[in-house]
Amino acid sequence: MSTTEFDLVVIGGGPGGYVAALRAAQLKLSVAVVEGNHLGGICLNWGCIPTKALLRASEINHLLHDLGQFGFAVDNPRFDFEKVIARSRGVAKQLSGGVGHLLKKSKVPVFNGFGKLSGTDGKKRKITVTMVDGSITELKAAHVILATGARARVLPGLEPDGKFVWSYREALVPDLLPRRLLVIGSGAIGTEFASFYRNMGSEVTLVEVADRILPVEDEEISKLAYASFEKQGMKILTNAKLGPLAKAKDEVSVEVTTRTETQKITVDRVISAVGIVGNVEKLGLENTKIVVDRTHIRTDEYCKTGEPGVYAIGDVAGAPWLAHKASHEAVMCVEAIAGLSVHPIDPTKIPGCTYCRPQIASVGYTEAKAKASGYEVRVGKFPFVGNGKAIAMGEPEGLVKTVFDARTGELLGAHMIGAEVTEMIQGFVIARTGELTEAELKETIFPHPTISESMHEAVLSAYGGALHF
Amino acid sequence: MAIDILMPALSPTMTEGKLLRWLKAEGDKLFSGDVIAEIETDKATMEVEAVEEGLLGRILVEAGTEGVAVNTPIAILVEEGEAVPDMASGSAIPKDAVPKNIPALPEVPAAVTGTAASSQKTEPVKPGTALAASRIIASPLAKRIAKDAGIDLIMVKGSGPNGRIVKHDVEAAKAKGTAKPSAQPSAPAAISPEAITIPMSSMRKVIARRLTEAKTTIPHFYVAVDVQLDALLALRSQLNAASPAEGADAFKLSVNDMLIKAAAVTLRRIPDMNVSYAQDAIVHYPGVDISVAVSIPDGLITPIVRDADKKSLREISNEMKDLVSRARAGKLKPEEFQGGSFSISNMGMFGISEFSAIINPPQAGILAIASGEKRPVVKGDGLAIATVMTATISVDHRVVDGALAAQWMSVFRSVVESPISLVV
Repeated sequence: MSTTEFDLVVIGGGPGGYVAALRAAQLKLSVAVVEGNHLGGICLNWGCIPTKALLRASEINHLLHDLGQFGFAVDNPRFDFEKVIARSRGVAKQLSGGVGHLLKKSKVPVFNGFGKLSGTDGKKRKITVTMVDGSITELKAAHVILATGARARVLPGLEPDGKFVWSYREALVPDLLPRRLLVIGSGAIGTEFASFYRNMGSEVTLVEVADRILPVEDEEISKLAYASFEKQGMKILTNAKLGPLAKAKDEVSVEVTTRTETQKITVDRVISAVGIVGNVEKLGLENTKIVVDRTHIRTDEYCKTGEPGVYAIGDVAGAPWLAHKASHEAVMCVEAIAGLSVHPIDPTKIPGCTYCRPQIASVGYTEAKAKASGYEVRVGKFPFVGNGKAIAMGEPEGLVKTVFDARTGELLGAHMIGAEVTEMIQGFVIARTGELTEAELKETIFPHPTISESMHEAVLSAYGGALHF
Repeated sequence: MAIDILMPALSPTMTEGKLLRWLKAEGDKLFSGDVIAEIETDKATMEVEAVEEGLLGRILVEAGTEGVAVNTPIAILVEEGEAVPDMASGSAIPKDAVPKNIPALPEVPAAVTGTAASSQKTEPVKPGTALAASRIIASPLAKRIAKDAGIDLIMVKGSGPNGRIVKHDVEAAKAKGTAKPSAQPSAPAAISPEAITIPMSSMRKVIARRLTEAKTTIPHFYVAVDVQLDALLALRSQLNAASPAEGADAFKLSVNDMLIKAAAVTLRRIPDMNVSYAQDAIVHYPGVDISVAVSIPDGLITPIVRDADKKSLREISNEMKDLVSRARAGKLKPEEFQGGSFSISNMGMFGISEFSAIINPPQAGILAIASGEKRPVVKGDGLAIATVMTATISVDHRVVDGALAAQWMSVFRSVVESPISLVV
């Protein structure tokens, strides 16, 4: 058993943890990372990145079946599903290796094991690491960041069973392309898988317990997504309640009750995407002042837990469960430890993206939330059908919506659906972070021809009228 | 809900005042920032501004009433369409409500931000900062909200990146009711139609704020001495005569250069004057850095001669020439006018006989130099003629007492009158 001392030990090597370590190294803190699985965490290995690789494949498949509009004719377009999945795994592997390289370059040691808090020694905290080879290593550090992430919530009756029921993890390495697929939950994860499998050819039924899909998005965006998915042949059931799964030899059936009817859905596979829970177990939190609230560690706005010197960032510290939120918290938390002045994160300035087809991206208040918060709003909208680039690209389906505070001109929120919107939302995020008003946005010259011009038009629309619609 | 408008406290010492006149009548619509009444105190006539929007529902204290106690309800503000209560809600008013109507002084930024003496070396406090023209850095949204609310951003402290003023800061200032331009004594009733109002430059605003802060928060006292200059003038002639006629080594010492050195030498001998007040501590400066007031168009700036006690007269002289010319051209770097441990203001060139200066926070002293002139002096038992100037030091009484200031002035006088210590 060896002991090693650091200024900071980060438990978890995902987009929160490894970024915390890199920033700490930049600030000349001695820092180590404890990670029991893959560097890069869920995001890189089982989340954001491999799903993007899959969605790229499904987008290509869609285009291959839509070539006629561009004047192409291809006979019998087809794909090898195993190769599609293998590419996704290869991308994850490449990037995970990249994280390892970055940490090595920054001379950050990585302890390949599972860390837990194990008391204090003077002013230092002890972290006991159970290495994957079974040996025990003890670390000491003045500061500990918990960045252990989260995992899929498992509802009773919907446990991944090795065959019919998948969580995101199984859905990323499927044994087959299901002919019929049921996706339970229409948040970002459920919607992306529904979109991927539908565009690869599966018959997809998407069920949602709320009254609309993508319930955190602006209602108008939800409606447009619903219409688009339906047009693509997806079956969508909202206000849906599920009966127990009836598993047969090669298929599984479930009764789904909506407000209007009860129907029996029979599929080959089921994806359960009903939220996530924080990884708070086996961290040695029991004998500390750290408060766990509904599977997440409670922190203040600077990521401090109830225990001095212990911080929690990213998914384990609660919503929104987004990699970029974790990374940003990582930088803020480490800079605060290093004594720099930092600013807490404003959740209304964190963008959210869903990479289904059509893509969805948003930041800040929805129209309904702005009104409920007491704002008098000015709303602008611009559909892609008025945008030259979108038409030229063959992507006329989309909308940009802006929500302004009528009194101050503050951009309260922006909501987009359509091609490339995930790449464009940052423009509105900058506007919110820099506290620009409609005046600066109106005066900004957007390049022509780009789909981003529809962002400008949506601002103009809120203040007297868009030019091209 | 009806809101009581209270008799504001227009100064920390005010307990009552005369409600001079109402500028709004019952039923008038009020917007935040409207002047609704004038109040006369023993010191001045001040305006009362509306803080909330609404209708002036009822006037409770008639114009001309004297001796109205602070916090007495003087009127009731109601929302449009709301019934007007006959009486003030009285005791229901939380204490917090009081400051709402006070055209408060700007929040005074801590002069020395808790910097302990121990960290002086690496992180010098930055006095004199604000005497430079500074651009206000604020987000577009913060600027707009401030404009709409009538908030002067120069009085708002920024919490954003690099001190940028963001929405949150303006809203906090708005909620606290600070950062409103402080009420000015009202102009004469009949303003001449020829009078014109010119908005202040931001440098002027900073000067106004900083000097108000200095004069209202620092308990000044003053010690003056007459100093005979003949020996210093003789030394100056002698030294200047020794200068090469031209070339890089040429110099021409001014009286001011020599007085900077004299003050620096005196500070080195009496370091307890080379200090700053910092909440519950006294900051002792390790170096003798003299801020020299230089007048520039529409204001003044205080470039600094660092370690003036260790520099030769020639070095000080050359440095001052450079600093003054760049100050007038607006080309000083921030570190060249921020910092400094003691100030000198010399108005000798204007033929004035004496004056006193306002301390440049967070410093504890400033030396005001008047003109040197031939005066009758008593030497031995007879009258003689000597060149004499009156020097007046202004001192922060929180950190320096009268005896020390007197001792300092006495040493300063002896240094000037026996100026050999300026060259050795």
